[in-house]
Amino acid sequence: MRQEAGGRRQEAFITLAHGSGGRLAAEFIQRRLAPLFPGLGEMDDAAVLRPKGAGIAFTTDSFVVDPLFFPGGDIGRLAVFGTVNDLAVQGAKPSWLSLAVVAPEGLPLDIFDAVIASVAAAAKETGVSVVTGDTKVVERGGLSGLILNTAGIGEMIPGADLSAARITAGDAIIVSGPIGAHEVAVLSQRHSLGFDKIQSDCAQVACLAGELVGRLKDAVRWMRDPTRGGLATVLNEMAVAAKATIEIVEDQIPIEPAVQNAADILGLDPLYLACEGRFVAVVAGPRAEEALRRLKLRPGGENTAIIGSVTGVDNEHPQVRLNTRFGSRRILRYLAADQQPRIC
Amino acid sequence: MCLGVPGKLEDINGDIGAARVGAITTPVNLMLTPEARVGDFVMVHAGFALKVMDGAAVAETLNIYKSVAQTRSRLDEMCARLNETAKGLAPVNLMEVCGTHTVAIARSGIKARLPANVALISGPGCPVCVTPVGEIDMAVELALSRRARVVSFGDMLRVPGSTLNLEAARGRGAKVDIVYSPGQALAMAGREEEEIVFLAVGFETTAPIIAAAVKTAAAADLANFSVLVSHRLIPPALDALLSDPNALLDGLICPGHVSTVIGWQAYDGLARRYKVPCAVAGFEPGDILESIVMLLEMIRAGQAGVANQYSRSVRREGSQPARQAIEEVFNVVDGDWRGLGTIKNSALRLRPRFVRFDAAVKYELQARRVPEPKGCRCGDILSGRSAPADCRLFGVACLPEQPVGPCMVSSEGACSAAYLYGEAAG
Repeated sequence: MRQEAGGRRQEAFITLAHGSGGRLAAEFIQRRLAPLFPGLGEMDDAAVLRPKGAGIAFTTDSFVVDPLFFPGGDIGRLAVFGTVNDLAVQGAKPSWLSLAVVAPEGLPLDIFDAVIASVAAAAKETGVSVVTGDTKVVERGGLSGLILNTAGIGEMIPGADLSAARITAGDAIIVSGPIGAHEVAVLSQRHSLGFDKIQSDCAQVACLAGELVGRLKDAVRWMRDPTRGGLATVLNEMAVAAKATIEIVEDQIPIEPAVQNAADILGLDPLYLACEGRFVAVVAGPRAEEALRRLKLRPGGENTAIIGSVTGVDNEHPQVRLNTRFGSRRILRYLAADQQPRIC
Repeated sequence: MCLGVPGKLEDINGDIGAARVGAITTPVNLMLTPEARVGDFVMVHAGFALKVMDGAAVAETLNIYKSVAQTRSRLDEMCARLNETAKGLAPVNLMEVCGTHTVAIARSGIKARLPANVALISGPGCPVCVTPVGEIDMAVELALSRRARVVSFGDMLRVPGSTLNLEAARGRGAKVDIVYSPGQALAMAGREEEEIVFLAVGFETTAPIIAAAVKTAAAADLANFSVLVSHRLIPPALDALLSDPNALLDGLICPGHVSTVIGWQAYDGLARRYKVPCAVAGFEPGDILESIVMLLEMIRAGQAGVANQYSRSVRREGSQPARQAIEEVFNVVDGDWRGLGTIKNSALRLRPRFVRFDAAVKYELQARRVPEPKGCRCGDILSGRSAPADCRLFGVACLPEQPVGPCMVSSEGACSAAYLYGEAAG
């Protein structure tokens, strides 16, 4: 248990009253949240949004991570990027976010503030506006750490037509950068492994994905971000959704050497490691080189790679095949269960 | 069965060193390698240096696998040699004893490039697979009783007990933690008042680091630390397998990291007695192919000796300090193996002078015998009599996300590897 002593004043911790809806709660919001999020405006019971044009995309996600801060990111950045990335890979330009925070009584306020500042910075970086929010405090012992929830609304990019049904034989599969760094960074921090070189890949992909869809329009068939379950799981989801056979070339998959080394030490397969700032895109074969060129020119897209192709659709048995470094071929499956550091 | 990576020592501070593994640096405990110096390559297993390696040979290997093109040409060359050596031989069954080899073989797709007369069979070298249900139950029961926090490697979290696994116990409020190294469990015990019990599985690779942890706990007088010992020993299990007249094994690919500790001489007697050639192998696909070539050459020549492909890590006598640590802390006793039954002198128990660190004694836990699940053929699979595909539950009722038998539980189990990394048809 954290000791209350140590010179911290009483108000330096979250208390149940901060989430009560009373005066203290109102002050709390005015002081700690409102200044960072101008989009909250009048703080009525709901935000009124005025989308233009081609329709909107809407998504929500909740975030827990242990530890709250890890090399290259923290739960605040995750909460923003996780949701904006879900919008971006749907072909939308993220515009508005909601933010809900569930905090335990006794949480030091400087931790709370650091997380909220990080949310604000990440939102600014992505060009989204936090327009509504909520804070709840739960009794000590009911929660360790924090829970963040964000919902996001984005405006569809004109010409975007993303659907697994449009995936066809000959399409190329692109990944927007090296995979697996996020999960390794979090594990390294959690287990004090000191892999300090490895930073989470936690980032927004809205700019890159927006560039791709904005330029190539409907030549981009489908996109998804490989979070839990990693690249292998997204490829399987894609194969199933499109009833497709997919061939991936192991040597073409970008993996930072440090991530590969850490995965070897911990006994993890990088193809199943979570990323928080990458996306997989399926692009019409003839436009693949153009897509690659455009993404490589953008900040954060330098290491984009074409990793394989769709070889067939309308298969009764969708399958992801991996052409191994060894010149052999095997099936690549879904993640069965979260990977943990292991001895064998 | 045992992961290990070579790390180059960049710094030493007492018992702790900093090892560079490729692009990263990680702390390693040096208790088992007192002779290690800055600049040496050490074999790193679960946060401990197991042995000082042959530095020149490690550097050479790292160089071989540095570029994609070089790796590929090395592998193609090995495949060509293998095909040449296998030409005209009657069909041979080779067992890869170690689960880490099983995974390496499956991941790289080696089987698809072997000639038709060379078959690989997975062996019993997966600690998670061979740990009896009754011993898992002990850990689950202890965790559920809330008398202690149960800490182990990630491998153990989802191994089904007869009712619950450790992950499910945690869901019911039990304290269960996953660590990368037993050093972390010791640190927890030093930091907190609470009782910490380390569930110690693994073979000769892992036993010395547990021995080192127990010695450290004894020196620091950590009364709230204890170990639930489920270690098993490899040579007695191989003896049991080879003594079965139905075993049709023509050669053994022996585990590289177990052998790093026990030395290649440990297989000498077995090879002669049962006239089965043995080759100790490293874990790169090229290492495994080369060990197969070595076995085929011995089979061709009618020899039954021990070849050492993994000489960058394995010596004749293994690692003296690691073997001594096992010897000092543990007694050898009979042990039950899932699928193989009771094998004489195949398990470890803490010596009387370390009995206060024995969680089974401290918490009065006893392993019950639990029958194997109905229809499960893990016993036959662990002993090489059947392949995963021979089991009717495989891939149907028994899947990695809902395993029935132990071979599907561990990521290095024969069934899990066969399922996850199955060869692509067509």
